Amino acid sequence: MYRFFKSVLFGIPIGVTFLDCVGYVARVDGISMQPALNPDSSQTDYVFLSRWAVRSNNIQRGHIVCLISPKDPSQKIIKRVVGLQGDVVATLGYKQEIVRVPEGHCWVEGDHTGHSLDSNTFGPIAIGLMTARAAFIVWPPERWQSLPSELPRKRIPIQIAKSTNYQQA
Amino acid sequence: MKVISHLKDIVKYSIQYMCVTHCFFEYVGDFVVCNGPSMEPTLFSNNILLTERITTRFYKPNRGDIVIAVSPTNPDQYICKRVIGLPGDKIITEKLTENKEDETLSKTVDKYTPTFNDEYVPKGFVWIEGDNSTNSSDSRYYGPIPLGLIRSRAICRIWPLNEIKTL
Repeated sequence: MYRFFKSVLFGIPIGVTFLDCVGYVARVDGISMQPALNPDSSQTDYVFLSRWAVRSNNIQRGHIVCLISPKDPSQKIIKRVVGLQGDVVATLGYKQEIVRVPEGHCWVEGDHTGHSLDSNTFGPIAIGLMTARAAFIVWPPERWQSLPSELPRKRIPIQIAKSTNYQQA
Repeated sequence: MKVISHLKDIVKYSIQYMCVTHCFFEYVGDFVVCNGPSMEPTLFSNNILLTERITTRFYKPNRGDIVIAVSPTNPDQYICKRVIGLPGDKIITEKLTENKEDETLSKTVDKYTPTFNDEYVPKGFVWIEGDNSTNSSDSRYYGPIPLGLIRSRAICRIWPLNEIKTL
């Protein structure tokens, strides 16, 4: 009996530490990330959120990340990173047409434009609010795949789109 | 063989205790070393604070609490500030004017009249300020910060030993 309690007492912290440091699986609600996540609204995806990937806050454009909602801190939202600090982003319905992302912030958007509560509503987000990166879909089994880091061509921050155009020309 | 099993024990116990301390620091409370002048005269550089992370889980700070938060301008840095305004509060701040402008102002106008800004703290945000208002970069500089950035609340100072006090 004593041995059992002792193993539980040490087992829980080990499990919690694992969830905190490596990652955990979470359900995706809502349609804001269609078509990358939840393409069929009758069925919800479960994604593996990697805490390890954000341990030093090194995110890149195109990553799908999980962050604490700035409006309601008890809620977590899942969005795609569009712009990092210093980028100039053309917004979709924000109060300014063009935004330079301030220091320590990033610009996040849902893939489903117009049906997503994202930076176009509440502005740039502090990177400190980011909790994890969505690495792959684990459930349902037929959707098992890793989530690539990709950005729609027209959503690339302006200054990068410009420089790549120069290279092509 | 004995050496290997002995090593295994050491690894096992160190992992266990590392996990226990991680959970304790992550969910109960931890120690923070202060740096910088922004909270003088309440706190000075190299003071060590005992903080708790239980009440901050509910995201309901009170006015006057000293909190540790992730800096909104640099996610690798923590800031220690006092909560001034809660969501819905109206904050009146003096408009920050450049030093150059100040000089010209004092030349042209005899009396310096400060201009004031007022703004509401939106839902889910708090207004934080350092106690040393002349030397602190805080919400007056980067605006209200999201509640999600707050990590812990300072309870008491435990170092230096002759200045132990609750905050």
